[in-house]
This record gives sequence, structure tokens and C-alpha cells, in this order.
Amino acid sequence: MNGYRFTLHRFFAVLIKEMIQMRRDRMTLGLLIGIPVMQLFIFGYAINMVPRHLATVVSVADPGPFSNSIVAALNNSSYFDIVKATNSPAEARRMLARGDASFAIEIPANFSRDLIRGAKPNLLVEADATDPAAGSYAIAAIPNLAVTALRDDLVGPLAPLAAKPAAFNVAVHNLYNPENITQYNIVPGLLGVILTLTMVLATAIALTRERERGTYENLLAMPTRPVEIMVGKITPNIFVGAFQAMLILLLARFVFHVPFIGSLGLLAATSALFITALLGVGYTISTVARNQMQAMQMTFFFLLPSIMLSGFIFPFRGMPGWAQVIGEVLPITHFLRIVRGILLKGNGTFEVWPDIWPMILFLFAAGTVAITRFRRTLD
Amino acid sequence: MEYAINVRGLTKRFGKKVAVNNVDIAVPEGEVWGFLGPNGSGKTTTIRMLCGLLSADAGEGTCLGYDFRTQSEAIKRETGYMTQKFSFWEDLSIRENLEFVARVYGLPKKRQLVDDTLEKLGLVSRQRQLAGELSGGWKQRMALAACMLHSPRLLLLDEPTAGVDPKARRDFWDEIHKLSSQGITVLVSTHYMDEAERCDQIVFISYGDKVAQGPVLKIIEQSGLITFTLEGDRARALADELRGKPGVEFVAFFGAMLHVSGYNRALLEATLAPYRGDPSLKISETHPSLEDVFIQLQDRATRGAA
Repeated sequence: MNGYRFTLHRFFAVLIKEMIQMRRDRMTLGLLIGIPVMQLFIFGYAINMVPRHLATVVSVADPGPFSNSIVAALNNSSYFDIVKATNSPAEARRMLARGDASFAIEIPANFSRDLIRGAKPNLLVEADATDPAAGSYAIAAIPNLAVTALRDDLVGPLAPLAAKPAAFNVAVHNLYNPENITQYNIVPGLLGVILTLTMVLATAIALTRERERGTYENLLAMPTRPVEIMVGKITPNIFVGAFQAMLILLLARFVFHVPFIGSLGLLAATSALFITALLGVGYTISTVARNQMQAMQMTFFFLLPSIMLSGFIFPFRGMPGWAQVIGEVLPITHFLRIVRGILLKGNGTFEVWPDIWPMILFLFAAGTVAITRFRRTLD
Repeated sequence: MEYAINVRGLTKRFGKKVAVNNVDIAVPEGEVWGFLGPNGSGKTTTIRMLCGLLSADAGEGTCLGYDFRTQSEAIKRETGYMTQKFSFWEDLSIRENLEFVARVYGLPKKRQLVDDTLEKLGLVSRQRQLAGELSGGWKQRMALAACMLHSPRLLLLDEPTAGVDPKARRDFWDEIHKLSSQGITVLVSTHYMDEAERCDQIVFISYGDKVAQGPVLKIIEQSGLITFTLEGDRARALADELRGKPGVEFVAFFGAMLHVSGYNRALLEATLAPYRGDPSLKISETHPSLEDVFIQLQDRATRGAA
């Protein structure tokens, strides 16, 4: 039985057929190019993980120079936008409940008097924590803000009340992305997400379409072999994927100004590996799904964890162990580390290798399943 | 005699349902055999098993000298299979479809071969047209040409003329007979009696069982059926009256005529006797047509299954 022998002429027959069909299908071709550009612009500009200018209401029960300094400092920090100053804590609460403000800051009665007496009055900060991530940067900034706000007021006889500097310095260096620019993280990540969506989907419907249209029977009645059909169908998509990757990287470099520190050659090689692994997944779906609708649903079943559990938006290390295990299986998790590593950190082959072999392993597994799942009969 | 198809005990089950039950088929090389049976009787399943598209649950034998269960690769290379539903790529042009087939089979002088085929089909001027835009008759001609491109020794045609106009149907059968005279074996499934009558032999299957086989005349003879025709203005009105009378197996319309068939001549004559006096009715005995036999076989199989 030479069922798995590969011949070039049959491979080319399938390849040429696929290229012609792809060229004729203008709509799909347009989507394959349009989707990456649109998503890159929308998400690249929309997602911000260090939100600033959050609506804040202050209720001041004790007007005076100290209150003024604190309010001014909040406003200047760029984290808070004071949308209303009131003297009623109840109204501040209502604004939080309605969602008109994310923060309510209350300066209680006798704040100045207690401060001067050294009674350490409370400055109450209430935050809308329904979205824990939204306010975390702003909340973290408050204690420091309050201390520096009053530094200029607490002079002369009040000087002893000012906060003393710590006995040591904490030096924090934000490496690789010192300004915490979200786009540096999101845009390379989008490369992984967009490729996952388009590559898996395009391949998933490859064989299902033949089945739906009845041409599959004809393909099986001819002496074409599973490997020839698979490689012939996948190859055009490799080019589409390469084109998408180039497009996204160009936009990343020249529109979003993402640093490109590492080797582009290494990036190209790992992208090719990633794309091939995705095509393996798509083809496996293709051999299982009965129609294009099912193929689509299975693609989304794969896509969601690829977005949620890969560290694309949510920190990978913040997930429980079992979720990290799922994440480690997905090729995108490793690809994201590789892309961010190469672009932002300038990582080389040595640093990237721990994330390359899991992708090779995945590709091998997906390929094996796809080939064995491919039925050579209609049973 | 050399057999192009020679299989015994062909069986296929889908779950609990037996689609093809212990069928033997032996088609000598160069003959045209018709494959008849009602819808869902197992014709398509049988053809698919012969060319390796479905794996048989039981049975043994050869197709073109190759073991049909283990050497389907070799069989596929020398067989042309035309599916019931048009299964070429509608978003490829006629020429591109033919070129695809030529590439898959690795045929030499591809360009010349495709040119010649288009010439023969009379499609040279429309070669860039998408296959999906062709009419039913042209699609079927293109499909036959594509199946013949690699010069197969065996043609398996699954209801090739369904939905095709009478002229195109006749041309198609002329082509089949021409191929047969060149030594190609043809197994063709059909619902049309006139097509069946153009076959060297017919195989009749019903509910997966082979119920009859042989040349058309022999099948008619073997059926033991006696048929009378009733002609005249009143003939059509008598159909319901005669149905179920002693000796009458079934009654069928043939245009303005009525065919009344049964197995027992004496009973049938007795039933028809009262009508003989009617001057407006002309009653005469005739040879049962293949359609009479077809209906009878189908009736009998239905009763057997019930």
C-alpha cells in the first residue's frame, strides 16, 4: 500500500486549482486583507491598559488651602478628571452608582484642624471596582499624590507633619517599555490574534466547502492522496498569512512606532512556524466539520481561549495553574512571547527557543491528527 | 470471457440498515450494463463501493483485474466515475476543470489533450466560461469528457442523464455506444426505460437485493407477465374498475392506452371477457414492456419487504 506517497504533479494540480478559486473569490480575499488592517487600527488605538482621565467627584466638607492643594494635585496627575466638586458625600455616592464617576474622593469636616493637630485625619477614596483593572493604576498613584500635594503647604511650624523620606531609595526601572505604552504590547499581540482568526478559518472551510458542494466525491474518486490535497490546499494560505504578517508589521513599525530591536529574520522564521501550526488546526477542523457553519463554530471554539488565555490582554501569570496549562498548549501563547521578546527585548534564538519547541510539537500533533482524520472514503 | 467487473456478495450496511445486500455483478469487458432500481435501492452505494469511495462490509472480487477492496488506488487510475450530482468545480472554467483532471492523472501532452477534448465537445469558444454557468446538458457532457480524459477502461455513470433534455440524452447514449465499441466497459444507473433497453444487460436491484438480471427481452420473458392493452375512449375510466379484479396484478396507463397485466391467463381472460362486447373498446394482447416488468418487480419487492 503506497497510500501516503506524494507526487508533485498531483500536488500542483490541487495548488493551482486552489489559487484560481482563491483569486475568483474576491470577497474572501478582500476580507483576508481588510480584516487585519481594520482590526489593527481599531484595537491598536482603542485598547489602553493604563487608563487616564477617569471621571472623579470630590466632596469637600472642609474647604481650605489643604483641600485646594489636594484637588489640584489630583487634577494635575492626569489620572483623574474632577468632573464635580460637591459638599455632599451622598451625592458623590450617587454619582458612583450611576456610573457618572469612577472615583469619589471625600475630604471630611475638620480635615485641616485634625491635620495640624497631628491627629492623622482620613482622606477617603471610594472607587468603582466593578472593573478591578480599570482603576488600579490610578488608585496606586493616590498615596504618593497626597503626600507630595501637601509638601508645599507643610512648611515652617508645620514641617514636622510632612512625610519623612524613607531611609532608603526604591529605584524602579520599567524595562523594554519604560513609558508603559499599551500599543507596544497590544500591536505585536494582534499579529498573533489576527493570524489565528484568519488562518484557522480560511483552512477550516477548505475541505468543508468541497464536501458541501459535492466536489469532494469527485476529488476522492480521482487518485489524489490525502497529503497532496492537504499540502495543496494549505500552501496558498501560507502566502496569505505571510502577506498579512508583513502588513501588520509594517503598520506596527510606521504607524504605531513599535520598537523593532531584534532580528527580523528570526521573527519571519517563527511566524512561518506559527502560521503552519494554525493551518494544521484549521485542516483538522476541516476534516471533522460537516458543513461550513460547523467549521466556523469550531474555529471560534479555538479562537476564544487563544485570546483570553494566551496573555494577549490579560496577564498570563495572573491565571490559575490549570488555565496556564491550557494556555501553554496553544501556539499563540508561545508566539506572543516570541514576538514581544524579539521586538521589544531584542531576544535571539537562544532566548526564544523555549517557546519554539512547544509550537513544533503542536504542529506535529495537529498535522498527524489532520492526516489520520482525513477519510479516503465517504463512509 | 474477461470480466471488467466481477464481484460477489457485495454488502454495505449503514448502521442497522442494509443498503446493499449480497449482490453479485459480473460485467464482461466492452459491454454496456444498465443498473435499475427505485430511488434509495442501493445503486449509488454499489457504484461507490466498486470504485473505492465506500468500503464494503462484505464481498470479494475484482474490478479491472484488481482486488476492489485493497487496490482501489489502481482501480481509480483506470476508471471514470461520473457522479449523480454535477461534481466538478463550478468556480473553475471549463478549461481549468479539464486541466485539473489532466494534472491529477499526470497525463502527457496536457495542452494538446485539453484542446482536442474541447474541440470534440464543441466548447472551444466557451472554454473560459465558468462550469457553473453551463446548462444541465452541457454540464453533463463536460463531466463525461472530464471522466474520459485519462482514457479509462471502465466507466461508472450514476444517473448521468437525470434532468437532461431528450436530444442531449440521445447524443449522450450515442457517445456511450461509441465508447463501448472501442472496448470500454460501462455500468450506468438510470430511471429511464428507453435507456435501459439500449443496454446489453440490466441489473435490477430493490431494497439492496438483486431481483433480476439479464438482457431486456429475457427479463421480460422471465417475468411470466401477460399483458393486455385496452384502447378506446372509455379505456382510461376503467383503470379503477379493473384494479383488484381476479387475475389483475396491476394496471398502468400508457398514453391513451391501458396496460392490464397478470400471471394467470385464464383468470385475466375471464375478467376482461365482459368488456369484449363493447365496440368502443379494442382489447388485444401485447408484449409486456420493460416498464410493466419494472413496476411488477418493484411491487413484488415492496410486498416482500412489508
